[in-house]
Amino acid sequence: MMHTDYPVEAGDFTRAGEASADIKRRLRQLGVSTELLRRVAVASYELELNIVIHSVGGQLSLEVDSQCVRLSSSDRGPGIVDVAQAMREGYSTANDEARSMGFGAGMGLPNMRRNADVFTIDSVPGRGTDIQMLFELA
Amino acid sequence: MSTRFHSVRLDKDKCKGCTNCLKHCPTEAIRVRGGRARILDERCVDCGQCIRICQYHAKIAMTDPFDDIFKYKHRIALPAPSLYGQFRHLENIGIVLDALISIGFDEVFEVARAADIATRAIQERLRLPDRPRPLISSACPTITRIIQVRFPSLIEHIINVRQPVEIAAAMARQEYARKHNVSPDEIGVFFITPCAAKMTAIRNPIGQAKSDIDGAISMADVFARLVPHVTGAIQAKRVPTATPYGVGWANAGGEIHAATPRNSMSVDGVENVIRVLEEIEDGKLTDLDYFEGAACPGGCVGGPLTVEINYVAQNTIKTLRDALPEAHPSNAVTSAQMNAVPLHFDQKIEPNNAMRLDESIAGAIDRMEHMNAILERLPGYDCGACGSPTCESFAEDIVRGFCTEMDCIHLLKARLEEMALKVEDLAPDNPEPVRKPSAT
Repeated sequence: MMHTDYPVEAGDFTRAGEASADIKRRLRQLGVSTELLRRVAVASYELELNIVIHSVGGQLSLEVDSQCVRLSSSDRGPGIVDVAQAMREGYSTANDEARSMGFGAGMGLPNMRRNADVFTIDSVPGRGTDIQMLFELA
Repeated sequence: MSTRFHSVRLDKDKCKGCTNCLKHCPTEAIRVRGGRARILDERCVDCGQCIRICQYHAKIAMTDPFDDIFKYKHRIALPAPSLYGQFRHLENIGIVLDALISIGFDEVFEVARAADIATRAIQERLRLPDRPRPLISSACPTITRIIQVRFPSLIEHIINVRQPVEIAAAMARQEYARKHNVSPDEIGVFFITPCAAKMTAIRNPIGQAKSDIDGAISMADVFARLVPHVTGAIQAKRVPTATPYGVGWANAGGEIHAATPRNSMSVDGVENVIRVLEEIEDGKLTDLDYFEGAACPGGCVGGPLTVEINYVAQNTIKTLRDALPEAHPSNAVTSAQMNAVPLHFDQKIEPNNAMRLDESIAGAIDRMEHMNAILERLPGYDCGACGSPTCESFAEDIVRGFCTEMDCIHLLKARLEEMALKVEDLAPDNPEPVRKPSAT
C-alpha cells in the first residue's frame, strides 16, 4: 500500500492546491483511469481547500492499494455543529476573505460526496473533523 | 514508443552536459547521462523550452531543408500568419506573399484564411452543449500533447477542430489541382513553421490519421531567403484574402478574439498554461466556455523558430490586422468553403502513459513505495547534478533501473566521509614510529 501525508495550514491560500496537484501526479504515475483521476482531482481539491478555509489546520492523506484510492483528512478543529446542514448544497460558513477569492459557494462537501464511491464524515465540535473518501479502482 | 518522431533534437557535439534544459522541461523529459543531455522520446512534447534555454545551442528543431520543395513539380507555400510579424514595418501582407513566389513557390495559401474557417468551425462547436466546459483549443500541438501526458482527464475537453494549417493544406491542394488540372500528388504543400511542435504534428498527426502537409520549413530559414525580396518592395501583386481575425491568430488571444466565446481565457507560456490546466482539472473553472493555451510566450509569434522579438512581432501583427479591410469570418467564409475539406478530427486523442511507473497498478504501487523510501534518504536539493531534474525524478530513475543512489553526489560525499572516519578508526591512537629507534 502506498501512503503519503500532506500537512495543510489554515488560511494559507498561496499554497492551497499543492497537495491535490501532488495527489494527481501520483495517481498518473500509478496509472489509474482518467475518469477516476478526474473525480479524485475534484474531491481532493475540495478536501484541501476545506482545511484551508474552515479549520485551524490539519492534514490530508492519500493511500492507494490495488483495490482502491483512499483520500482522508483530519483537522484540529473547530468541528462542525450541524453536519447535515453543512452537507447541503449552497450552505457555507466561509468568511468574507474566502468568499472574495471565489470560495464559499457551499459546494465543497456535496462535491466530495458526489465524486467519491464512499464518503464518510465525522465531526466533533471543539475537536475537529475527519473525512474519508473511497474510490474503487476496478 | 521510441520510434516516435520528434523535431526537437540534441546536437551532441555542442552539449556541455549542464543542467539548464533539465530544469525547464515541463514534462521532465530530459536527463543528463554520461555528460550529455538525452531526450526521453515518449515524454517530449516538442514545446521548444530547451531550445530557448540552451546557451550552447545544443538543442535544435529539425525541420525539412528548403530544397525539399523542388522534389515536387508544383509547390505551394503555407505561411503561418506569424511569418508576417517577422518583418518590422511591413505594411502590406501581399509583399510577403509575392516574395514567397520569388523564392521558388508556385502558389501561396495563407494559413490565416484557414484560421477564418477554423474560427467558424469553433463557433459551431461552441453552440453544441454536448461537451464538458471549458472547451480547450486544439491549435497549439504542444498544449494538446501536454494534456495527453499530464492532464489525460482533460482530453475530452479538446475541441475536435483541426489545426488551421491542416485545413489550409487540404484546401490549397484541392484548389490548385482543380485550377491547374494536375494530380494532387504532384503538388508539394509546405508549411512555413514558427515552431518544432507543428513540424512534429505533421509526422505524428493529432486527431487525424495522416497529415495533408508534405513538409515544414523553418520560419527562420525562409525569413533569410525572403528578406532581399521584401526589403524595398512597395507594391504587391497579390492581395491577401484572410480577414483581420484570421491574421490575428498569430498572437496569443487571437483565436478567442475571432471566435468570441461567451466566457473565455487566453494563456501563453507553457508554465502558465499548465497552472491553469491544473485548475480546470480540479473542476474550478467550469464557468469558462473556452480556453486558448499557447505554449510560446505571446502565441505563435514567440515560436522558437521565429527571428523577431515576440513583443515586436505581436505589434506588427496588430498593425497589419488593423490595416486590413474589416471583415469577420462569420460573413467572409462561405458555406461552400466550410464543406470543401474535413474540418474535424477523425481519430480519438489518446492519453500518453509515459508517466506511468508500471503496467499494472500493483506494480506501480510497489515502485512508488520504493521511490518514497529512497526519497527519504535524498537531500531534497533538486540540484540536478545526478542528471535527473529533481530528487523525486532521481528516485524514480533509480526504481526504473537507470541509475543508482551513489549517482547522487551528496549521498556519495556522505558515504565517503563515513568511510574516512572508519579508516581513521582503524588507525592506532598513538601510532608507533615506523622507524626503529636508533641504537644509542
